[in-house]
Order: sequence, then C-alpha cells, then structure tokens
Amino acid sequence: MHHTLIALVEDKPGVLNRVASLFRRRNFNIESLTVGRTSEPGTSRMTIVVDSDQAGAQRIGAYLAKLVDVLQVEELRAGLAVVRDLALVKVTVAGHERATLLRVVDETRAHIVDTGDQSMTLEITGEPIRVDAVIARLKPLGIVEMVRTGRVAMHRGDTALSATQYS
Amino acid sequence: MPIRTGAQIIWECLAHEGVQTVFGYPGGAILPAYDAMLEYPIHHVLVRHEQGATHMADGYARAGGGVGVAIATSGPGATNMVTGIATAMMDSSPIVCITGQVPSKMIGYDAFQEIDISGITLPITKHNYLVIQAEEIMPAIKEAFYLAKAGRPGPVLVDITKDAQQASIEWEWDPRPVRVRGGQSHAPAIRPDLAQAEALIRGCTRPVILAGQGVIQSGATRELVAFAERIGSPIALTLLGLGGVPSGHHLNLGMMGMHGEAWVNRAIQEADLLLAFGMRFDDRVTGNLKTYAPNAKKIHIDIDSSEINKNVRVDAGIVGDLRETLKNLLDLVKPADHAAWTTYVDSLKGEVAVRDIQALPDNGHLYAAHVINDIWRITEGKAVVVTDVGQHQMWEAQYYHHDAPRSLITSGGLGTMGFALPAAIGAKVARPDAEVWVVVGDGGFQMTQAELSTAAQEGIKINIAIINNGYLGMVRQWQEFFYDRRYAATPLRSPDFVKIAEAHGLAGFRVEQRSQVREVVQRARATDGTVIVDFRVEQEDSVYPMVPAGSDLHAMIRRPEATVLAETGADKG
Repeated sequence: MHHTLIALVEDKPGVLNRVASLFRRRNFNIESLTVGRTSEPGTSRMTIVVDSDQAGAQRIGAYLAKLVDVLQVEELRAGLAVVRDLALVKVTVAGHERATLLRVVDETRAHIVDTGDQSMTLEITGEPIRVDAVIARLKPLGIVEMVRTGRVAMHRGDTALSATQYS
Repeated sequence: MPIRTGAQIIWECLAHEGVQTVFGYPGGAILPAYDAMLEYPIHHVLVRHEQGATHMADGYARAGGGVGVAIATSGPGATNMVTGIATAMMDSSPIVCITGQVPSKMIGYDAFQEIDISGITLPITKHNYLVIQAEEIMPAIKEAFYLAKAGRPGPVLVDITKDAQQASIEWEWDPRPVRVRGGQSHAPAIRPDLAQAEALIRGCTRPVILAGQGVIQSGATRELVAFAERIGSPIALTLLGLGGVPSGHHLNLGMMGMHGEAWVNRAIQEADLLLAFGMRFDDRVTGNLKTYAPNAKKIHIDIDSSEINKNVRVDAGIVGDLRETLKNLLDLVKPADHAAWTTYVDSLKGEVAVRDIQALPDNGHLYAAHVINDIWRITEGKAVVVTDVGQHQMWEAQYYHHDAPRSLITSGGLGTMGFALPAAIGAKVARPDAEVWVVVGDGGFQMTQAELSTAAQEGIKINIAIINNGYLGMVRQWQEFFYDRRYAATPLRSPDFVKIAEAHGLAGFRVEQRSQVREVVQRARATDGTVIVDFRVEQEDSVYPMVPAGSDLHAMIRRPEATVLAETGADKG
C-alpha cells in the first residue's frame, strides 16, 4: 500500500540525508522522494511515497516529525489530494511512420519537448496512473530512455501546509 | 564586542551552560580548544579511552539530572565515542559530545584523522552539527544543550573544524533562549486523550501500572505514587524505572520482563488495564507481543509521540510530560480500591520465601545474590549503584532494592558491556557526596578497566564489586539453556584483580566465602580511594526466573524445582 507523506523541512545541507537515512534505519522502502523549494524562504518541501501498511505509515511519520530539521509532517489521503508525476520519455523514431508517432502523441496528450535524428523526447504530466498508461502505450514504439520525477502532491481545496506558523 | 577565538567561544558557551566538568581526551584537531581550556574554570577529566568519556558523561547525566559533556578529537577519537553515544541514545540520556574536525578546506580529501562523524552518528544522536565557522559555534552548542534535554532527552554531537576553533571573531554571549522550529517543538501529534483514559480507569478491575524511566526523568515519583494509591493499582517497574517508586511501597511489585519476578509478569498477563507511564514496551519487557496481556486495555503516556502504538497498540495514547500529565489525570480519576485484585497479586508472591536468601543456610558457597543483597543491607539501600550488563545486572535489579530515583544507573536499551566503571566515575563527579558502588562482571570490567587509572588520577572514591564467575555469565546461561551447554568462547581467565588494584595504587580485596562478605564490604567503604573487591562467586549459577527471548511473558523458566538457590550451580565435579 502506498502512502504519501509531505514534509516541510529546513532548507539546509544534509537534510535530505537525514530523512533518507531515517527511512533506511527504520527499514522502510522509499518508492519516490521529491524535494524542492517552497514559497517560503528557508523551507523546502518533500513528497515521500512509502510502501507500507497504515500502522507503518503512522510510525514513520512520527519518526520523521522528530527530526530537528523537519518542521511539519502530514500524510495526504488518497482522493483528497492533487497528485502529479512527470516523465520524460525518449522514443525511437526509426522504423515508424511519422503519422503513427504523432497520432500516439496526440492521443496520449504527451508533449514533444525535443527531437533528434533518431528519436523524439516526450513530456507526460499527470496522475501517476495516467503517466503509467501513457508509458505503456509508448513502450511498443521503443523507449530509449526514460526519467520520472516521482510524485508531488498537495491538498485539494483551501487546506494549505505552511511553515510560517513555526518561524 | 570583544574578540574571541572559536576555541574560547566553546568554553565560554560551556561555562554559560553551567558546565563544571568535562570528560575528554585531546588530539590534533581539538588542540586549539584544549589550549584555550586552561583559561577557564572548568575541570577536565582525562579519560583513558573516548568511550569512557561518553559513558562518564552519561553516568554524570543520569546520576545528577544535568547534561554530561564529552570531548574528543577527530577520526579515532570521535569513532571511539560511538558506543557511548548509542548507549545514551537508547536510554534517553542527555549528553553533549564535542569533537574536533580537520580544517574545513581538508574535509572530503581523506585527511589525516578525518572521519565523517556527523554522518556516522546520524542514527544514534537526537541531532548533530558540523560547524565550519567560528560564528556557528555558539548557536550549535546552545541548541545542543537545549535539544539534549528537550522532550525525550538524548545525545547531541557538535563537530567543530580546527579552523573554526582557530578563527577570531567579535563575539559576545547571546542570552536569549534557544528556539528550534522543528523536531516536534510544536503541537504533539496525538491529542491528549485524558477523558478516554479516565473512562478506561473507571471501568477496570485489574489494573497494573507499568512505570519506566520516564518517571525518573520527569521527576514524577510523588505524582505516580499518589496516582497509584488513588486508583488502587499495583506498579510494575522496568529495569530503568527501578528507583522511580520506593521498593518498600505496598503497591510496588518490582521489576517486570525477562528477568522480572514471576508474580509481576503474571499480574501483567492477567490484568484488564495496563497503564504504561514513561516506558516503551521493549521486547525484554513484553516477550511475545501476540500473547502479551491479552485481556488488557492499554493506556500509554509518553513524551515521545513516536512511542505511542509503536510496539503495542493502545486504547488511549497521551503525549506529554509524565509529571504534568499525571497531575491532570489525578484530578479526573475517582478513588478506587481493587482489594480483591491486589490481594490476589500479593498471594502470587508466595514464592517470595525462595527469594529470601538471607534465610538460607551458609553451605560454603558464595552466590552473587548474597553479595548484592549484603551490599544492599550494609549500604541501607542508599548507595548509587552502577551496573554493567549481564547476570550481575539482573541480580542487582533483583537483590538491591532501590528507594530513590537515580540510585540505579545501568545500560538498558543497548546493553553495553564496559559501561559500569566509567559511568560510575561520571556519577561520582555529579554527586560527590553519594556512596557509589559499581557492580560489574569479570568480563565487562575488563572492557573498560583502563578507566581505573582515571579514577586513581582524579582521586575518586568508588567501590567496585566484581562479580567474578570466570565466565561471560549471561551468555553462558543462554548456552546452558538453549545451546546444549556448549560453552563456546564464554570461559574467561582474568588477571588478579587485587593486584590490578594495587598496581594503580588502590586497595583490592578478595572474597571467597559468604562469611567474609559483610566485613570486606565494610572495609571497602571505609578505605580511602577507589577499592576493588573481587567476589569469587559460583561459576555456573543462573538468573531466574527467565522468559526466553520472544516467548510468552507467562512462560518462564523457573529455578529447577528440586533445588533451592543455595544448591544450584554446585555441580562442578
């Protein structure tokens, strides 16, 4: 079972290491982890997807909250959050009708972000399940290279996570 | 503003934090700090190994309630601290470790004595710092002292580069209190569920309070006793909780768990409500979780929210300081008297006669239990006893009855052999007026025996009782029970401990007969300076009762029926 944890953390060297080390030490497997700046200076935001049962997700959330560099931890509930994943997929051009390729691109709502002599690079953004589906469509065409960001997520509606209340 | 070097700032900060003694060992990367030390009125105890420094800081903190400080150089100095830091982490002991680091420009180049100690200690500290500028020293040290004590206490390490120590900056002490944004310094994750707890307490008929070290750390003895008396509940203690409730109190059952008394574990298994106060349901306390207290509802109060529902699912979880929480709860609960239950639990103590070892005739054999019980009687239960890890540790817990918080200091969570002697030195420094006894095995003593020189150099008076059975006794016991008596690597040949004492300019005595115990213990107490007493006890005695690891708590290995204490172990042909 996947659980999505959001952690607001101090924007300091070594924080990613502390978080990743905690998951390793407590024997949890990170499915994906993204980290980036927030609108608040000095605060970064991590979206961590972990494969665990509910009790385990609660446990790792509680450990996470104890890290001195972690300001806030919340578990996002499925259905109550906007979740996005982004993939860059380089597919081979050789051996395909250009029209076939463009039709697949069009049908999957992928964006062509770069082209080369032998390949074309597509960007796919959406719910992880949609990204999975698009990649499955592209696979028969011949995927040369692929990268995914892992999930980023946010509460739906007006609920907002902010670190300012702690500064 | 005055000009200060980073090295001076370290000592300025320690002085402002109220530090009077530090335990340490100098070396290249910490030399600037040691040079500056001479200008400050802080006493430095030169240890013989940096592990000793951390255990001393730990013992100092546990005995006195303050924060212990250990100092070492980079590289091996720092890595030698790892065992002591982990010990403090597992037992929630507040210590601050300061290490030197190679100059910042050399970090990452495998310089001489460079080691990534902040990386190494990541999982065994509450938090740690790598300081590469003099300006960062004060914030790091102030936060370290704050974090060591805040919430659930624990070790914090501050690694300071040599160039940060050498740099001069304009500096003055910032008296403002530390503010930390994260680490749960705000809103506890679990809402205090006092009403739910009150309802469970009102509905119970067979309650047992499980009290741990949290009682001692939050100073909640009085509140706990009042609470137990109010709701009419017996109290079982964890190893680290011993002393948290006076041993003679009528509701105090004694120690629970693997080597707890049978009646304590039975009471827990038959309870309908467990009230866990400042303890963490360690596996040595619960045995098999699937069969643990099967009919009991559970209330858990702990300062660390990550402990709630960690090992045992509870019906009411309350995150907070135990003393404050008990005060609040005391106002809510109604007086109750579970006379039938407490009478029943008392009846389980019928076998206490077996434990009355003083009543057994002297058959010429010397048992650890006798030794420890005699030390208890002679010291009137008022000594601070520091134990190591193994059989003697469990016998001490069974036969030395502790009445005061911070009167037993022992490595519980990590089970660190070699802890006792250095921790006792730290304890004596924290409480110079206390009578300090080390109870240690012949194995564990030799692990950190070098600190005997430290005690001698410092002129520290502690009494060391070596429970010498010629084996790594607890491992031998497991081999006897679970490995068909195949004593792999447990027979132990030791040096002449009396001569070891004499070589340090200290007094040493040997005891081989029970009849000698009292007199020699008295002589040890009356002798100036640290004393070693080498108690040559029965070699193959075992600690009973015992719940094998992972077994049901009520499935205990009992002392063999056909024998009583004074006959066991006497099987060496």
